[in-house]
Amino acid sequence: MRKLFLSLLLLLAYHLVSAQETFPVNGVKNIKPGLYALVNARIVSEAGNTYENATLIVRGQTIENIGNNITPPQGAVVIDLKGKTIYPSFIDAFSSYGLPATKRGESPDAPKFVSAKKGAYAWNEAIRPETNARDLFQADRSKAEELRKLGFGVVLSVNKDGIARGNSVLVSLTDKRENEAILKENVTTNYSFGKGTSTQDYPSSLMGSIALLRQTLYDAQWYKANNGRTEFNISLSAMNEYAALPKIFEVNDVNDILRAQKIADEFGLQFFYKSAGNEYQRLNELKKINTTYIIPLNYPKAYDVEDYFDAQNVSLADMKHWELAPYNLVYLEKEKIRFAITASDLKNPSDFWKNLRQTVKNGLSESQALNALTVIPAQLLKISDQTGTLRIGMQANFIVTSGDIFKEEARIYENWCLGERYAIQELYTADLRGDYDFSIPGIATMQLKISGTTENPEYQAVLSDSSKVRINATRNGNLLSLVFDPSLENAKGKIRLSGYIDESTPLTMKGEGIVADGRTVKWSAVYRTAYTPAEDRKETKAEDVPGDIIYPFAAYGSKELPKAEMLLIRNATVWTNEKEGKLENTDVLIDRGRIVSVGKNLTAGGARGIDGTNKHLTPGIIDEHSHIAITRGVNEGTQAVTSEVRIGDVLDANDVGIYRQLAGGVTTSQLLHGSANPVGGQAALIKLRWGRTAEELKFEGAEPFIKFALGENVKQSNWGERSTIRFPQTRMGVEQVYYDAFIRAKEYEKSMSAYESLSSSKRAAATAPRKDLELDALAEILNGKRFITCHSYVQSEINMLMKVADSMGFKINTFTHILEGYKVADKMKAHGAGGSTFSDWWAYKYEVIDAIPYNGALMSREGIITAFNSDDAEMARRLNQEAAKAVKYGNISEEEALKFVTLNPAKLLHIDQRVGSIRAGKDADLVLWNDHPLSVYARPEKTFVDGIAYFDSERDAELQLAITKERERLAQKMLTEKRIGNPVQKPEKKEKMHYHCDDVMDEAKN
Amino acid sequence: MKKIYTLLFSALTCYYVNAQQVPAAKQNQTVIITGATAHTGKGDVVENAIIILENGKISRIGTYDGSSLPSDAELIDAKGKHVYPGLIAPSTRLGLEEIEAVRATLDYREAGSMNPNVRSIISYNTDSRITPTVRSNGVLLALIVPEGGILPGTSSVFMTDGWNWEDAAYKTDVAVHLNWPRMRISSASWMPSADEQRNRSEQSLREIRTFFDEAKAYNDLLRPDTRNLRFEAMKGVFKGTQKLVIRANYIKEIIAAVQFAKSYGITPVIEGAGDSYLVTDFLKEQGVPVILSQPHALPNRDEEDVALPYKRAKILQEAGILFCISIDGSWQQRNLPFMAGTAAAYGLSKEEALATISLNAAKILGMDASTGSLEQGKDATLLISSGDLLDMRSSIVETAFINGAKVDLDNKQKALYRKYSEKYGQKE
Repeated sequence: MRKLFLSLLLLLAYHLVSAQETFPVNGVKNIKPGLYALVNARIVSEAGNTYENATLIVRGQTIENIGNNITPPQGAVVIDLKGKTIYPSFIDAFSSYGLPATKRGESPDAPKFVSAKKGAYAWNEAIRPETNARDLFQADRSKAEELRKLGFGVVLSVNKDGIARGNSVLVSLTDKRENEAILKENVTTNYSFGKGTSTQDYPSSLMGSIALLRQTLYDAQWYKANNGRTEFNISLSAMNEYAALPKIFEVNDVNDILRAQKIADEFGLQFFYKSAGNEYQRLNELKKINTTYIIPLNYPKAYDVEDYFDAQNVSLADMKHWELAPYNLVYLEKEKIRFAITASDLKNPSDFWKNLRQTVKNGLSESQALNALTVIPAQLLKISDQTGTLRIGMQANFIVTSGDIFKEEARIYENWCLGERYAIQELYTADLRGDYDFSIPGIATMQLKISGTTENPEYQAVLSDSSKVRINATRNGNLLSLVFDPSLENAKGKIRLSGYIDESTPLTMKGEGIVADGRTVKWSAVYRTAYTPAEDRKETKAEDVPGDIIYPFAAYGSKELPKAEMLLIRNATVWTNEKEGKLENTDVLIDRGRIVSVGKNLTAGGARGIDGTNKHLTPGIIDEHSHIAITRGVNEGTQAVTSEVRIGDVLDANDVGIYRQLAGGVTTSQLLHGSANPVGGQAALIKLRWGRTAEELKFEGAEPFIKFALGENVKQSNWGERSTIRFPQTRMGVEQVYYDAFIRAKEYEKSMSAYESLSSSKRAAATAPRKDLELDALAEILNGKRFITCHSYVQSEINMLMKVADSMGFKINTFTHILEGYKVADKMKAHGAGGSTFSDWWAYKYEVIDAIPYNGALMSREGIITAFNSDDAEMARRLNQEAAKAVKYGNISEEEALKFVTLNPAKLLHIDQRVGSIRAGKDADLVLWNDHPLSVYARPEKTFVDGIAYFDSERDAELQLAITKERERLAQKMLTEKRIGNPVQKPEKKEKMHYHCDDVMDEAKN
Repeated sequence: MKKIYTLLFSALTCYYVNAQQVPAAKQNQTVIITGATAHTGKGDVVENAIIILENGKISRIGTYDGSSLPSDAELIDAKGKHVYPGLIAPSTRLGLEEIEAVRATLDYREAGSMNPNVRSIISYNTDSRITPTVRSNGVLLALIVPEGGILPGTSSVFMTDGWNWEDAAYKTDVAVHLNWPRMRISSASWMPSADEQRNRSEQSLREIRTFFDEAKAYNDLLRPDTRNLRFEAMKGVFKGTQKLVIRANYIKEIIAAVQFAKSYGITPVIEGAGDSYLVTDFLKEQGVPVILSQPHALPNRDEEDVALPYKRAKILQEAGILFCISIDGSWQQRNLPFMAGTAAAYGLSKEEALATISLNAAKILGMDASTGSLEQGKDATLLISSGDLLDMRSSIVETAFINGAKVDLDNKQKALYRKYSEKYGQKE
């Protein structure tokens, strides 16, 4: 039986060895037996399984035998590895080895709506699942050597281009021809959110990338279901053909993992994530995902903080990430999150070991580290039966090291790829470190001291008076030359010595030399005592204790989030927004996130009291039109209709804007798509639960909204000459976009329901209509399941949209901005639309030339539900003051004016049963002000969301102090980094976009 | 009948929409305001005040003793109301811009980077529809400033009422403006590389140094062979008859800008001055006044106190630095009083806050001898508000005078309000 197994193995080995058989040979064939016996080695066959003093037999590309008491077969090349350790070589599950570099696409001169790629491919250049890395792969000797030096033997080469990136190829880091280097094609399919080399306009935002991927996955299902009855599409065909392969999704940030996972859940897929190195920031969420992460070791350099002024431009988050990145894997292991390690993303390959060893020092277990480089990537790539461990029959992929590979001083001597031996460092170079009796007869008798590392030994001469002189030494194998200047009386100037190393015992170096006056001399150095490393390492750093992980990972984040408690706010002026109006000297009891009661002299055992004397309590401010907390792009304005994109996909829970607005009394914000196109994206309604995850920010149970827009932005009036091609360019065209879109949506619904109503047999024969995310959203509008908030300015366009809606049988819920609403308030009233406007903005473009600050008052008096919104991360912090302007301009009563930023937007957003007024049973979203809430002098002291004081002016002061202390602690560490000579980076100010409606730039490149 | 109706209608339309405000005629009648709380702008308040406006000047301000008043004067009983000096917007492109997005209406940015010789007075549009909306919130004087490049031009102070730019000018060619090169390296995606930013900044600094050296030398010539308009425009700055206003925000920019100006014997005004709160000792030592821009702004850094932009005024006040407050843009000037109100919400007294948009601005622009506060002998440029002017909740300007002349507080927006109130039969 065993014999049979062995012969089978041989057959396999033969098969592998002869891979290049198809190529003719010029001259005599050079086929080698490839039989090696590595003896006397310590072999770590996999984490937790070590053979001491063992033998490894390699035949051809395969491990023929491994273990103790193995006799090397006849004809084997025997290599004595006494004192050396063999490990399986590493597997990088995310490399770009051998593939062409992908350059970001440059925007073309004119808008580019559809793919320019010739052939029957997908409509979008970023969808390229037909790409096969196998076809692109070219072995690259220098790159292969670089990776072998790190210990890698096998890598997965991924073409990092596009959203659907096609198939990867598994290759060996051999120097042989591609035909032999390629181990396996079609190993994984690959995805990302970046459009790569695509120069097409769409998508220009992260939410566009997400929508495109979702639509493409649906298209692939549709294509499959119709089995060629529709168009021919190479891309969709490839997607289906390789649907069963493992899928690797590359992301640039931990939060993108959560975004991609939503797609995985929607389609019942499993993504393996190549992530960014900041996973520790959202451990609880990652723990819940059943997957394997592929994690780089790209730790940032410390910042050069010596210039105190410039250092202030480095954010707390970046400073903390510098400290915590080397603990990332430690945290992941602690949480039992499964991960592989990749060498990708490193600017300098030598950082790989430096960073990995630092992480092990920080607490990553060596067995986990080894698994993450071998067994785990092998499993992920489904090649565990071939490589990743050292067992009989596996590929001969292993490294020979000086010892425990995770120790600082360890060296890799050899890297064997498929049985091919690659030397990295001379295996038999003697370790010369130690003290020697050093004599140059006729000149001097001294000590020679060799210290440092085996790799970089340091040579010193210790003279008779104990003074030390550095020696420049050059060693080449066992040849040696020394140059030094001991400043001797009898031999001034530099002494040059050359000679050889005699490895007999005691180790001796000797040879000839010359002194400055021309005398030739002889010299010798005889080994006396061993090297003791401790004396070299005086400067050991104090034990490193990293700072806390804070939530969110940003300034004003904290380790522990504030909690809901039972609270009794006493004796405040309470603006109820209910029929009771404004109540003086009133108490409000809050429990479990809700308002329990409102009244005089309330009591509640166990409630914490808050004195509201001389203070005002109002409902939390609700901003109908906000663009905070949005990641990578507020507009997907590359097409006239983009109802498929969703702000809810791209929430940024780390945006300090959330905290700043809480400090201004805001508790709920509607985050809108921009106004670059007539039908924008789906909106997200959030509560400002600072510190929670993106999903936890969402206002649970809220009805869905979508952003529409009219006027100059959608006509691209102010965007320059490049933007004169996309339809529409006039208000006439805008109307047609709507008619066309809704007519298409109606027809789509009809064909969908017709198809659904077919009997299953007929359905099998019929062509299934294509699921269209864009039309789905429009159909929801038609069915009263999604509501419109429409950016609008002039009366003609407001009127137009209401006519379109009336004729199609739906309503415009809200006109937002609506600066000429006062001109058509009667028509809006008749239609049933609300208005969410600016208090006093005007004159910033032609269409707002007739805007007046009395707009709110006029609309409100005409019976329209009127709100004031911000559209601005700064102004949102003082919407109470904007509300006061309705008193100033138009004489609205103060209580009604406050409703413009509380109850009225709640009504417009259909959440007035939950928020917007102070009444028992409603959410405890409240603001306690130090002064009259409409006054410029009013400051929020506490802002509650769900009864939790996410902003508290006292806690704010503590947080500021904590930020300063934490920054200074980190700065001190960074200063040490620089002093001990570690590389540092210059501090730079990272700028973030504070989005407005009309911000348009391409943010989907990566 | 129908004809009459039509006539009436067009007359009404005229009144409602084309409410063209007529610039005020010169004061020819004495005005006496009594009973108001007068906020002088100097930091004090006169309760139950009497203020007499004669020949364009304040001839008297003091406590009203109830004595009888001359019958030939216009008497204004302002009991329960508040009188303030006319507000001064210390940096704006009002009148140089009508519609931000319409290029044809923009007149604040000249081509090239060294244009001290272009003068805002030439472009200033007295017929802007924006100005009346600013005036009606109490901004009666404004420094109109060109923008863009390194030396964008020379600014002048205008009254927000007048027939033409000669007529409306209050103090011409007050300051030459200098935009200090960015010294803070940014890693934003839209910025060039860090090295490129450093190079550009250093290049600009060399250009500025060269320009100033050459301009100074030129102005020392009695009779230059060839005239250079740009250099000539710098003459007042070197002589000390014109201000040099330098826009700088980052700490290093502020320090470098002040030291640069001082090396020519010039004490500059620092505008923008975001980080001024970090270098108060330095500014105080150097005697440098500050135009603090846009308190309604976000902090520059995520870590900074969320309310820092609101609090900077208090920090400068405590440090004893002479400063005034500005707001960016053109139409936004009508919110200038609320910038000061915000400073009061975050630490200044209300009277200190008022000074930041009145007397302090006058001092910094070198015109406090004639305006900026309610003082005997100063211009009768003042206003009456029914409530606290700095608080939008109560700020209603009822009457305003520029040099004693009662100005029209109507504006296009009020006219539209009347027109549509009429349409809906609403009571305003």
